[in-house]
Amino acid sequence: MNKTYFEILRSGVNTTIQDKGRNHLYHIGITVSGAIDQRNYALSNRLVENQLNEAVVEFAYQGPLLKLKNGKINFAISGDIFFKIIRKNLEIEDGECYKSYILAEEDQIDIISTKNSMYGYLAVNGGFDLEKTWGSCSINTKANIGPNDGKKYSLNDKIFINKPKIKNIDKKNINYNYSTDSIIRIIKGTNFDYFSKNAIIKFFNEDFLITNLVDRMGIRLKGPKLENIVNTNIKSEGLVRGVIQVPADGNPIIMLSDHGTVGGYPKIGVVIAADLDLIGQLTPGTKINFKEVSLEEAQNIFKAYNEDTNKYLNECN
Amino acid sequence: MIKNISNLGDTAIYCDFGSEVNESINANVIDYFNHILKLVEGKQVEGIINLTPSYNKLIISFDLTITNYKKIKNFIEGLIIHKNIKNKNQKIKIPVCCDDEYALDIIRLIKKLNINKDKILELYFNNEYFCYMTGFIAGMPFLGDLNKNIRCDRLETPRVIMPKGSVGITEQFANIYTFESPGGWNIIGNTPKKIFDDKNLDQPTLVNPGDKVSFYQITKEEYLSWNE
Repeated sequence: MNKTYFEILRSGVNTTIQDKGRNHLYHIGITVSGAIDQRNYALSNRLVENQLNEAVVEFAYQGPLLKLKNGKINFAISGDIFFKIIRKNLEIEDGECYKSYILAEEDQIDIISTKNSMYGYLAVNGGFDLEKTWGSCSINTKANIGPNDGKKYSLNDKIFINKPKIKNIDKKNINYNYSTDSIIRIIKGTNFDYFSKNAIIKFFNEDFLITNLVDRMGIRLKGPKLENIVNTNIKSEGLVRGVIQVPADGNPIIMLSDHGTVGGYPKIGVVIAADLDLIGQLTPGTKINFKEVSLEEAQNIFKAYNEDTNKYLNECN
Repeated sequence: MIKNISNLGDTAIYCDFGSEVNESINANVIDYFNHILKLVEGKQVEGIINLTPSYNKLIISFDLTITNYKKIKNFIEGLIIHKNIKNKNQKIKIPVCCDDEYALDIIRLIKKLNINKDKILELYFNNEYFCYMTGFIAGMPFLGDLNKNIRCDRLETPRVIMPKGSVGITEQFANIYTFESPGGWNIIGNTPKKIFDDKNLDQPTLVNPGDKVSFYQITKEEYLSWNE
């Protein structure tokens, strides 16, 4: 029997495969990659009864137009997404996020756009038929690692789908209310004292604008110039997701999943783990504010965030 | 040894070995790195997901659903690190073509350093370099130290696209762009040699911390017909 696959009729802006990411490789310069919004990634898998670490399609802004070939599947989309299902007979259904659908041969999914967010996730029951590289299917377009030769998808590419493990999934849904917040909680960075008193006051009290320079590597912000009174360069050292570096021009850069593994700019702060899904989803033009929390507070906030994620996951029955 | 341990956000620990850059401090970092890596691989410590050694720091990131800063800090403080006696470090020779079309910043360097191209290349090639770390992009080695007469700041405006294989210098360091990427180093040539091989899953990086690297010049003909 022929393999089931999606034929890509429109690639979308940045359509890749992502999962939990690739660990234990920072020391050779390979970054973690993985879904920018790990909560929504997990929810999409749960809706189609997958293991939570199964690989999914991640898309940004405008998503792909996909046609299903050779088979019938269940799929679900998570995020804040405007999409339609175009049936074989050309009947069009409005799609709802956090809900599982049956897709038949020659049906299409038209992911028109994200709404007030950057990324969305498409999971299929049984997962995609992909090879792992260093334990992960995530596509790292900077080092060309992962499926599709490590490149984002383009027109006429195919994404193969595993034979579904479950034949009839009833319609599942999660009552998830997608919302965003503009207050980003941070812990002081290791070079916090490189910045003037005035810079620190501005950092916590003024707005920072998310510019158009946003991708899976990071987010460039524009705001009041943060004056550095020690040194605008440090000897290159390791980075993690959420680190806020401030180069000589005084405009902060927040590291996301595809960040360079080392960097040489002072670190004014680090976004707490519980706010990483959120910060990655904020769109250019959004104004954000930074709020300081202690390490202990950050750990408690993360615990609560994690419990909240589990609550949504368990709701899906 | 470690001078100070602090947290880098809520998912990483920051081990500071000092502020200077030299082989002895870097060797300390690498000893810790190798020791912890073995314990992680042997599953003798849980929750650690990445280790990033650099010139004089070691950053350890962890999964906050499994462990936390306090636990990892206690673990690090309890370690007894033996100096790396066995020296398995390699000597690696890397070909570089310095024809004008590859030496993108040679004019800038001639002006900034006030010495001619031949002298710059002589000082560059007549040296053996120590690999302090790899990173930024996959397999990029950070090498040192350059002869004092060819040390120069980064480009004022970094290139949006640095060609793959570009061989660069900045301050006391040399590196190789293993992939096309943005970058701000002064480019003196290009190597046809594969520095990162993702098909070689066990050892994708040609140059590793502790290795000694020397460069040798090749002609454009040799560059174009390079085969490995």
